[in-house]
Parts: sequence; C-alpha cells; structure tokens
Amino acid sequence: MCAGALALAACSRTAQPVHFFAEGRPAKLSDWQVVYADGRNLALNEGVVPYDLNTPLFSDYAHKLRTIWLPHGTSAKYNADGSFDFPVGTIISKTFYYPLPKGAARDSKAVARTYDQSTEFGDKTEGERGLKLANVHLVETRILVHREGGWEALPYVWNAAQTEAVLARTGDAMPLELVSDDGAKQAFTYVVPNQNQCAGCHVVDLKTKQIAPIGTKARHLNREYPYVSGSENQLLHLTKLGYLTGLADPASAPKNADWRDAAQPLDARARAYLDINCGHCHNAKGPANTTALDLTIFAAANRYLGVCKPPVAAGRGTGDHFFDIVPGNPQDSILPYRMRSSESGVMMPEQGRTTTHVEGVALIEEWISVLRGTCDTAT
Amino acid sequence: MGKVAIAVLCALAAGCGGGGTAPQALSADDAAYQQKLQEQFLDAKPGSIIEIPAGRHALDRVLTLRANGVTIRGAGSDKSILSFKNEISGPEGMLVYASDFTIEHLAIEDSKGDGLKVNDGENVTIRDVRVEWTGGPKTTNGAYGIYPVKSKNVLIEDSASIGASDAGIYVGQSQNVIVRRNHAEKNVAGIEIENTINADVYENTATGNTGGILVFNMPNLAQPGQSTRVFNNKSFENNLANFAAKGAAVASVPAGSGVVVNSNPKVEIFDNDIAGNHTANLIISSYFSTNYYNTAGVDPKYDPYPRAIFVYGNRFKGGGDSPDGLELKTLKTAMFGINGHFPDVLWDGYVDTKSLVNGMPPPAERICVQNGDAEVLNADGPNKYKNPKVDKASFQCELPKLAAVELPHS
Repeated sequence: MCAGALALAACSRTAQPVHFFAEGRPAKLSDWQVVYADGRNLALNEGVVPYDLNTPLFSDYAHKLRTIWLPHGTSAKYNADGSFDFPVGTIISKTFYYPLPKGAARDSKAVARTYDQSTEFGDKTEGERGLKLANVHLVETRILVHREGGWEALPYVWNAAQTEAVLARTGDAMPLELVSDDGAKQAFTYVVPNQNQCAGCHVVDLKTKQIAPIGTKARHLNREYPYVSGSENQLLHLTKLGYLTGLADPASAPKNADWRDAAQPLDARARAYLDINCGHCHNAKGPANTTALDLTIFAAANRYLGVCKPPVAAGRGTGDHFFDIVPGNPQDSILPYRMRSSESGVMMPEQGRTTTHVEGVALIEEWISVLRGTCDTAT
Repeated sequence: MGKVAIAVLCALAAGCGGGGTAPQALSADDAAYQQKLQEQFLDAKPGSIIEIPAGRHALDRVLTLRANGVTIRGAGSDKSILSFKNEISGPEGMLVYASDFTIEHLAIEDSKGDGLKVNDGENVTIRDVRVEWTGGPKTTNGAYGIYPVKSKNVLIEDSASIGASDAGIYVGQSQNVIVRRNHAEKNVAGIEIENTINADVYENTATGNTGGILVFNMPNLAQPGQSTRVFNNKSFENNLANFAAKGAAVASVPAGSGVVVNSNPKVEIFDNDIAGNHTANLIISSYFSTNYYNTAGVDPKYDPYPRAIFVYGNRFKGGGDSPDGLELKTLKTAMFGINGHFPDVLWDGYVDTKSLVNGMPPPAERICVQNGDAEVLNADGPNKYKNPKVDKASFQCELPKLAAVELPHS
C-alpha cells in the first residue's frame, strides 16, 4: 500500500516478486527484491519471513534484521542439531543497522549503542514489518543464497542516502561512533567483511569447505517472534507457512538460552553465548579445530571446553595466562581476556568486531567465576 | 548492567572499545591496489597466478585465499612487500585454506597476527618468502611467521622469518614436511615442528632467537607427532631473552637453547653445527618441565616423554655457559662453577617409569647420544634438580635411522 506520491516510484518496485539469481553477482541489493528501501521503510517483500535468534552473534552492537525466503512450493527439512536442509533457491538476508541516538539529528557516523528495539520497527504493510528508515542507520545487508553449487555470500553496503545498498565484494570499512543513552561516545571502525571473510565464519566444516548458514538451526530459532499476525514460535510459524517440514512439535526441539535473560540459568546463557559467537570456528570440524577447543553447545564441560586447557597456538593472545578457563578465576583465564581485547591478533573472535562486547564479557566472567575445580599441576 | 558498571569495566579493560582513534587510512594508490588484489584473491581458481609487483604495498585487511591450485608470486622477497602495519581486519597477513598452493618471492611485514597461515592444505610450497616484524622482537608482534597447520606435503624453502613473538617457521599438526635452507632470526622459536609426522629440517640457519630449532608435541590435539630429522643445520647463538607472552607454548623455552626436543618421539638430530647457545646446545625435555601440565587440562592419553631420540655426528661448540632462569643458573654454578658450562646435551630427566626394564627404557625408546665426546646432563627434573649427574655411558646406544621425507611436488 502506497501512502504518498513521493513514494510511488519506489512503491512500484514492490510489485516485483523476490528474484532468485541462479548465478552472477547482482550489483544492487534491490535487484533481489528481498528487502528494499521504499521511502519510509526497509520493507520485506511478500514471502520474506523475519526471524530472530535466542542468542545472537555480537557485531559491534549492531542490530540485525534477518529474513528468509524460499521459492514457492519448496521447504527446508528440519534437523535437530545442524542448519536445516534448505532447497536451492533459498535466500537469507541479514541487515546490520543501528537505531539513531536519541534526540540526535542523523549524521554520517553517530549510532546508538543500545539493546532497545522499540523505535526501529517499520509500519504495518502487506508483508512483515521491516525497519523505520527515519529511525535507523542501515550499514550493510548480507545475502546468503543457495545455488546449485552451494551457498554463496554477498555483502551489500548501504549508501549515505539510505536508498540502496551496493555490492562490496572486497568489503568496506567505515568510521562510526557509538552513542550510549547517557551520551558517552565511542568511535570505532565498522568493518564489512569481504567475500572470503564471510567464509571465515560460514565455512563451518573445513573439509567440505562449503559455506553454510549459521543461525538457521533449531536451537537458535526456537523462540517467539512478533509477526504481523501475532506472536508465534518461529519453528511453528515456518512450519505453518510450509517453509519447514519434519518438525513434529517445537516443544521437543532444542532451545538455546537468551543470553540477556537473567531469569535463565547462568550456565545455559554462557554456553548459548559461546555457541553462537565462537562455535562456528571452534567445533570439531571447523577452522579452529587446530586448537582442540570446542565451544559449541554440545561440548562437554571439560578441557575441550577450555577448562584448565593450555593454549595451543594463542601466541600473545594468552595475555600472560596459562589456561583457557581457570574455574573460579576469570581474571586468570585466557578466554575472557581475548574477548575483552579489541586488538587484532589478540581478540576473539578474530573478525566481526572492532569493539569489546562489555556485557558479553561480563556474562562469561560471571560464568567462569562460579565454575568449580582447580587446574592442579600435581602429576 | 548499569552504566557505571560498564564504564568501570571499560576503564579496567585495556583497549576496551577499540580506542578513539581511527586507524591510519591507506593512500589512494594503496587502497586501489588492495581492492584489486582482494578481487584477484576472490576470483582465483585452479591455475591462477597472482603476481605481486615489486614495491611496498600497504594493506589494511587480511588476504584470504580459498581456491585450490593457485600460485602467488612476487618479484623477490626483498622487492615485493605486503605491509600490514595499519591492519584493521585480520589478524593474519595472508590466510590460505587451499591445496596445491604455491607462494614465492615476496615479503609479508608487520601483520597483527600470523604472517602466513595455511590451514588444512595439501601440496603446499612456500619459497623465498620473508615474513618480518620490522620493529624488532616485541611481545606485540604476531605469533607465527610462516605457519602451515593440519597440512600435508609441505615444502618451505629459502624463506625467512624475523621477529615472531612465538615461532618463526611453525609447522603444526602436519604430515610429510620439508623445511630447508631457511633463515630464522629474532623470533622466540626460530623453527618449530609441532605435532607433525615425518618432517625433514635441514640446511637452515637459526640464530639470534630464544631457541633455534624446536621439535614439540602438545597435548589434547588430534595428531601426536613423530619422526622428525634435524640435520645439516646451523643453530648458533640463540640467546635472545624470551619475549613470548606467558602461557604461550614457547614461553617456557629458556633463552640460549640451540635445539629443543619436547615430548616428541623418534627424533634424529645429526650433522648440525650447534654453537654458542648459552643454556645448552641441545635440550631434551618433557612436557612436565613446562609450566602447563595439569591433570584436568591435559588428556591422560597424551605421551609427555621424548622417546627414541638419536643424536649423532653434530658439531657442538661453546654454549651452556650462562643458562636462563634461576633454577638452571643455580644448577650450572653448583655443578660446574661460575666459569664452567653445562655439557652439550641437557636432559630434564623425566622418563616413563612404567616402561623401564632393569632401570632403562626399552631399547627402541631410549635417548641415544653418540656424538664424539658430547656429554649429557641429567638434570633430575622429577626430583627438583636434587641429584643431577653428567653421564655419557647410559646414552651409548643406536636407533634405526628414519627414512627421508619425500614430497610428490619437490
């Protein structure tokens, strides 16, 4: 539905369905017709379904609008542990954006550092709610498309006018400034990955070398989402839409904790945080299997989770500490040291951020502080 | 969490928040070259040759390669220089997840993390590549210079690593490896072979490092290493103060170590020139001598003993006269006087007592030193250096020689 004459030109695009490009690299995000700026909203096309994760990856305090679209009549096959088995033609998008700082006029770099999402949702339209352009600073949208040869990742960077995002295969870097509610400012460089860096996280199995989605797993998706039609469990909603088959009952599906929900057990929150932030590399088949450190939700809470584990190739990333996790002693543990750092060569994850996730570090430190055991050197 | 708490945490955490200063931007020329080079790396396919022209190219982002069969070629390791001094996204200089990979005739400088990392490659050739941290040895330098890991059929030749804060040339968890005619200087470890099966290390020069050439096995990894030959190398005056961060694998290496074997079996060390290394020209030791052993953190299946070590025909000279660390210093002075020196071979004395037959390890697992008049100091580490002794007779034995490593592509 088009509200004003000014928006007409943009609105006319909404008549076009989502376009799956079986090959090639479309130069503009709008070529895909998955999400697009329509003058008022970053709108979601028909059939494009938004989703959230129980606990997300930290990306320099960016908020993320994730969507999934499947060709008509196709569906993904449910899988309890891994990413769902998606048909060729599936398009996943992830838009990285920030709410604008409260009361501040838009400029090229000031963005809010907040977990508050109340101002950003777009108007009610025919599709699901997108983002209110007046209230957000769009940075980039990443497309993950499933083609005959496998998944491909394409990063698009939004222009200053916030009307279009253009392909940036070699990535980008832009100076931004995080503004907290109390007005504190923190300058940082937002780094858009290049295509090979996308694979740095999305190749979760080093032998197959195949790019794969990370978030579209049962344990991350098993939560409610405020759809236009009302709040509903995401797995159930996707099943009802015909996008997902093979799930008998969402109640039986695995579910990671919400890392910010203090009502949930500390251990579950910490493990969910490590799972999504570290597990794509630190798993038995991933690029960081060279370190013997497994930070997925499946890892037993022993040396392979880092408990009393001497580092293998941390180099100066040890911060002068001897073990990844010293139970009861976060200040002597390597893991939070590397999370606390924002220095390339020390920090973990190695990419995807240039700032420190203060609240994430606090969670992991709290978790380590209540772990029991000693790194006893007796032989 | 309240704002005050966040502010306090931020103040406590070094580097919290990425600092307020933007990294130095690349010049327009460098930025344009970087974009072009990144596109070449993205578009590379089997058979591609990426030429790096002569000149110093400033880059601010890791170069990642994922296509097999690619050659990256410069005009010489003193001519084609990729400088990562202002790197904002890395941490490596170059990161390779590919097989049938050749890189030659170029330099990688000042990356925040490892210089060149090749993960899970097969048939890898690294030739005339120099990785250097140009500000000299610093703890803040990247960890590894040239770092193939989990790779198979690896040739590293005529290359150099200078200034790595861990190991200069570091071969980890690999199989079938030749490291020859390289130069390692001012690293903590010059050359390190770790958890690797079948490695030949020859005709290299390691000098001015903390430790010259290391053969290590680390715990908890999928592949325990074995069968390394170290021969015809020059490892001299590796007396640089250890500048690794504590807790790093090589932080326990004493300054003044010529060649070090730690917990790795079937190592043959022969025909090397090893001289002037102040702690000892050759150290044979167990993981128990590092500070990392603990029952919770180390897989009980891990074998921490150096078994079947064969030392012969090396030319040892000087060294052992000024060991690093209070315990070794005290030991040296007590046994050999202020002006004396350790014998050429320093063994920490850890043995697998369960394996002993009549007080000796089985013949196939012994440490054999048949090296002219070179003696061995058993430092008696298990008893906190209480009864150290110089010995030669106990090490008079022979082991079957290891086969030469053959690579399909060398």
